[in-house]
Amino acid sequence: MTVLALDNVSKSFGPIEVLHGVDLALEPGEVHALIGENGAGKSTIMKILGGFLDPTSGQILLDGEPVHFASGPEAEAQGIVVIHQEFNLASDLTVAANVFLGREIGGWRLDHAAMRDATAALLKRLDTRIDPDARIRDLSVPDRQMVEIAKALSRKARVLIMDEPSAVLTHREVGALYAQIDRLRAEGVAILYCSHRLDEVAYLADRITVLRDGRVVRQALRGELTEDGMATAMVGRELQDFYPPKGQPGDQPALEVRGLTVPSRVRDVSFTLRRGEVLGIAGLVGSGRTELAEGLVGLRPSTGNIRVEGREVAIRSLRDAFAAGLAYLTEDRKEAGLLLDKGLRENLTLATLERFGGWRLDTRAEDAALERATREFDIRAPRRDMPAGKLSGGNQQKLLLAKVMLPDPGIILIDEPTRGIDVGTKRQIYAFIRKLAAEGRSLIVISSEMTEVIGLADRVLVMREGRLAGELAGADMTEDSIVRLAMGVTGEAA
Amino acid sequence: MKIDLHTLGPLVALVALVILGAALNSAFLAPANITNVLARSAFIGLIAVGMTFVITAGGLDLSVGSMAAFLAGIAIIAMNAALPTTGLNWGTILIGMGVAILGGVLAGYLNGALVTKARIEPFIVTLGTMSIFRSLVTWLADGGTLSLDYGLRTLYRPVYYGGIGWITWPIITFAIVAILGEWTMRHSRFGRHVEAIGSNDRVARYSAIDVNRMRLLTYVLLGVLVGLAVVLYVPRLGSASGSTGVLWELEAIAAVIIGGTALKGGRGRVWGTVVGVLILSLIDNILNLADLVSPYLNGAIQGVIIVLAVVLQREKRTAEER
Repeated sequence: MTVLALDNVSKSFGPIEVLHGVDLALEPGEVHALIGENGAGKSTIMKILGGFLDPTSGQILLDGEPVHFASGPEAEAQGIVVIHQEFNLASDLTVAANVFLGREIGGWRLDHAAMRDATAALLKRLDTRIDPDARIRDLSVPDRQMVEIAKALSRKARVLIMDEPSAVLTHREVGALYAQIDRLRAEGVAILYCSHRLDEVAYLADRITVLRDGRVVRQALRGELTEDGMATAMVGRELQDFYPPKGQPGDQPALEVRGLTVPSRVRDVSFTLRRGEVLGIAGLVGSGRTELAEGLVGLRPSTGNIRVEGREVAIRSLRDAFAAGLAYLTEDRKEAGLLLDKGLRENLTLATLERFGGWRLDTRAEDAALERATREFDIRAPRRDMPAGKLSGGNQQKLLLAKVMLPDPGIILIDEPTRGIDVGTKRQIYAFIRKLAAEGRSLIVISSEMTEVIGLADRVLVMREGRLAGELAGADMTEDSIVRLAMGVTGEAA
Repeated sequence: MKIDLHTLGPLVALVALVILGAALNSAFLAPANITNVLARSAFIGLIAVGMTFVITAGGLDLSVGSMAAFLAGIAIIAMNAALPTTGLNWGTILIGMGVAILGGVLAGYLNGALVTKARIEPFIVTLGTMSIFRSLVTWLADGGTLSLDYGLRTLYRPVYYGGIGWITWPIITFAIVAILGEWTMRHSRFGRHVEAIGSNDRVARYSAIDVNRMRLLTYVLLGVLVGLAVVLYVPRLGSASGSTGVLWELEAIAAVIIGGTALKGGRGRVWGTVVGVLILSLIDNILNLADLVSPYLNGAIQGVIIVLAVVLQREKRTAEER
């Protein structure tokens, strides 16, 4: 009993066909994972299913009948709800007002009580403690996602299309999300789940469709495909080893941090980073990982003692950090990393403009730097003058890495190196990180993806509630031991 | 290099206006009229160049018209007060010029500091200072007019009316400032930083740019240019009152917008601003010369042009997205 299906669907943008005869069937009570590298056609499929795009050829079948959705709202009226990666919530309105946005109960006078009660009932069903009267801006990211799910349920969703829902969540929050998905599955909702995280696909999906270059290359049932098999199918070649081999860090300390404190965020953190080392920092979101890094490079006021190559340095601004040979790659690529409406050149040199001329900027030198960066970091852009926002996530990340590397720093702090980028680019970034370490640079990698920390780092620091909860190295770096430290588990449930 | 019709739009409109003006009245292209139009554009033009930087950095300044009146007022008072001791010479006038420019620096600094240090919305800050400057000059003039000493006025007059041939000093100053402004926006680190801040100030901060300092500098720059406009304006009438510079801020902002600078910041076009200023003053001039439409409808036509300019810019954006 297929609810929604694509039958031999193709889609072209202008002369370029991006989907080639895709068949996809969503069954009620089933989680169907859609995986593929960036540009494989996942989002095009989601948009076609959600009524935001029309197929160029082929059919959409709803309950076996061909349908045509003129718009997203029309698809929604048929019970097909898309939860986008960027939430679609009005941040100044209350939870209840958002859930009923556009379908308010009541005539001229809104029936606030009815909407509140209905919202409360939905939230209760989802087993969350969100107040229907809370404003969205006061909610945490996972709570906002719960509101999105509640909104979908209130529209009597039969098909739920989720675009990387776990990308914004921490380990614990992901657990809550999985519980909700199980609940929805049990209620007979058909779920299309797009994700870059192969471990969760293996865990969640009843059926997996692998997409490559706009074609379905593999369909499998639960258990038929290992994570390695998925990655191989997505990339189309054998993945020898997902993470590059680890190196041999030197013994000399590159960075010594003693008693670093960022008011109300990070308390008394001390550690040493050795030359040529990749040091991982793990912990839940909110444990102070990002704040530690930002405090270290002068983006947040901090106190403590910092030594670079044995020399004590005072870092009060990012400028000071650059001068001391430190660089920081932000986790928030779109809002703090790149100017999305500016070209590649402007983005690459923004933090180091003083290297490109005094009063007059030497655009030729900038172009040469861009030329080098695109080669060195394999940035693939159709045009040089295109806005950075039009690049794929992976190429944006490579551009950002190139920008951060431009001052030639010896110590690099990378916050979420591969958030929201495809498997192929992930591997490239891992290789870059290892290469930088092999060159004798020292790196700190902050990540929410535990496999990434374990696969990449020589040593891991785990943070909890603004403090260092522990340090793991070698064979002790396991997901289990990291989670225990991150959550402070010593027997009792966290 | 492809030709971008939308960027050229304002220029095309300007050329069309010149042709229209010439067709309607033969006096339009007379040197005297051209000098008149350009010289009168210079005040708004100087301010609008500064405004381009403020808006590009994501700010706004509503106080410039009042600031101009206030600076003109204190410059006149300073010159009149200095006259008995310094005598009737250029030294006295230089004092007045210095007061206007220095006053511009301080007034711009005040706006900028309130925006960046006290973290108040630029709209609110400059709405406040607009009211303050306007009230101060009215109070200084005691509700009437502050007049420059007759002798000084005669001496100072050539700064507005004189020049090289028919190209008067205001036109020369405006041209130099416009070229420097365009160059600074396009080719200097300051211009790049200003655009980056307006585009996304968080990205700018994470790129080690001193966002507050740059923003403050744009307001100071605008203050200096307002002071410079006042230096050229005072010799024209030799007086200042509570009604000097009324609505200059809106004309300057309108010129910036017509020129293609985004009001939300991030993209600044100084040459566009210059074209915008010229479009606005040409409309005024043509309506005065031709009796086709009543000059009283000047504001309405300018309003239509402003809205049209923004609509055209928006179409450009959606075209890019396809």
